[in-house]
Amino acid sequence: MTEQRGAHPQPAVDVRGVAHVYPDGHEALRSVDLRIERGERVALLGPNGAGKTTLVLHLNGILEPTLGSVTVTGLPVAKASLAEVRRRVGIVFQDPDDQLFMPTVEADVAFGPRNAGLRGAELDDRVAWALEQVGMAQVADRPPHHLSFGQRRRVAVATVLAMRPDVLVLDEPSSNLDPRSRRELAELLEDLHARLGLTLVMVTHDLPYALRLCPRAVVLSAGRAVVDAPTREILADAALMERHRLELPEGFDPSLLADGTA
Amino acid sequence: MGGPHSHFLYLDRGSWLHRARAERKLLGLLAFVLVVVATPGAWWPAFCGYAVLLVALAASARLGVRHLAPRMLVETPFAVFAILVPFVAPGPRMEILGVAVSRPGLADAAELLVTATLGVLAGLVLGSTTTPAQMLTGLERLRLPATLLMILSLMLRYLEVVASDLARMRVGLAARGFDGSSPRHWPVIARSTGALFIRSYERGERVHLAMLSRGYEPGARGERGR
Repeated sequence: MTEQRGAHPQPAVDVRGVAHVYPDGHEALRSVDLRIERGERVALLGPNGAGKTTLVLHLNGILEPTLGSVTVTGLPVAKASLAEVRRRVGIVFQDPDDQLFMPTVEADVAFGPRNAGLRGAELDDRVAWALEQVGMAQVADRPPHHLSFGQRRRVAVATVLAMRPDVLVLDEPSSNLDPRSRRELAELLEDLHARLGLTLVMVTHDLPYALRLCPRAVVLSAGRAVVDAPTREILADAALMERHRLELPEGFDPSLLADGTA
Repeated sequence: MGGPHSHFLYLDRGSWLHRARAERKLLGLLAFVLVVVATPGAWWPAFCGYAVLLVALAASARLGVRHLAPRMLVETPFAVFAILVPFVAPGPRMEILGVAVSRPGLADAAELLVTATLGVLAGLVLGSTTTPAQMLTGLERLRLPATLLMILSLMLRYLEVVASDLARMRVGLAARGFDGSSPRHWPVIARSTGALFIRSYERGERVHLAMLSRGYEPGARGERGR
């Protein structure tokens, strides 16, 4: 990590003292500090209502912090930089039906780059490239509702990859997937991380999934980042898990976490 | 989820008409309908000619009667109205099978029925040879404003999503013994329609967030894909 820090002095994501109060007075974030280096893989854990999604929506400037600041690969998130921030930070939302809104897969993947000004052959190349990255080139001309759920989630990843992001943020990537699609998506994300050097941030309740994909985890609780530690240590700490309403699936043996190869 | 690759209307037969550019077909349909409507009701040979033309087009696109005929039922409300006209229209009466009907009313009804049938059939031929996505591309080439196109394409995409939401709600209701035919249950239908509306509205907000996240700027030009 120190090596990477040397090559890229700015972290991928730098959240400083961010608080967010919704218009109805609900304090979703109270004061969050989070620094994520380039190429890191970080899981955001925590019970429902802890502020995970609110934090994610700050990373690409959909929400503005009430207090504090967010910087993405050296670029402060502000009105003037929004277009570039949204190119650098790609968010894959939980429900692919919210993300895939165009009549065909191809048109949907083209949506982001088109907004960024790409046209013609360059746009076609970008779309083909993004679909190839997720292994979905064969469904380019299909309407999204004709795809299986797993395929839709892969296409949703492609729609974001087409923007050539530095940071890939995934909201509950494993939800609603059958075990096989779940494993295939994990392999895809590992592959993308290795080949494209993406920084991965993942909001999830699926702790084994977080463990598999993210060496580091941050626990949010009542609007604060309360724990920031290696994922394995968090999962092995029964008292900490209990305190923050985190639970491993039944039958998952925490003693597996003891050695270094879970 | 992810049901079979099916379309309500489109029938992939790979004919020349399927391959023709959507904007030409759209303009062709518009021109055809205008000509049909502008033709005076008494020109029977002309209407026969239009019908022959349509049948020839449908045949060359390899669309069968079994595909087209059931879908022609969409015309039923117009047909019912047309059949009523001779009974209620004023003017000199004539007798058909012992029932007095209005002579000009009968002529009007026949004209209405014929023009509606021709229009519906032409629309079906277009819809059966052109996918919704191709139609959007055609409209884009015809320079329909980008925002309108965006609205049309979102409508197209989410019609199916909302329909499957609705189907799931109906299964949920049926699973708890709901029977829509009893008037006592009508308030439930009203409430679930409301719930469906709220769900769709919330989905709209989430879709909007997803669009913003991918650099969408409302009002920007050329926001639609191919």
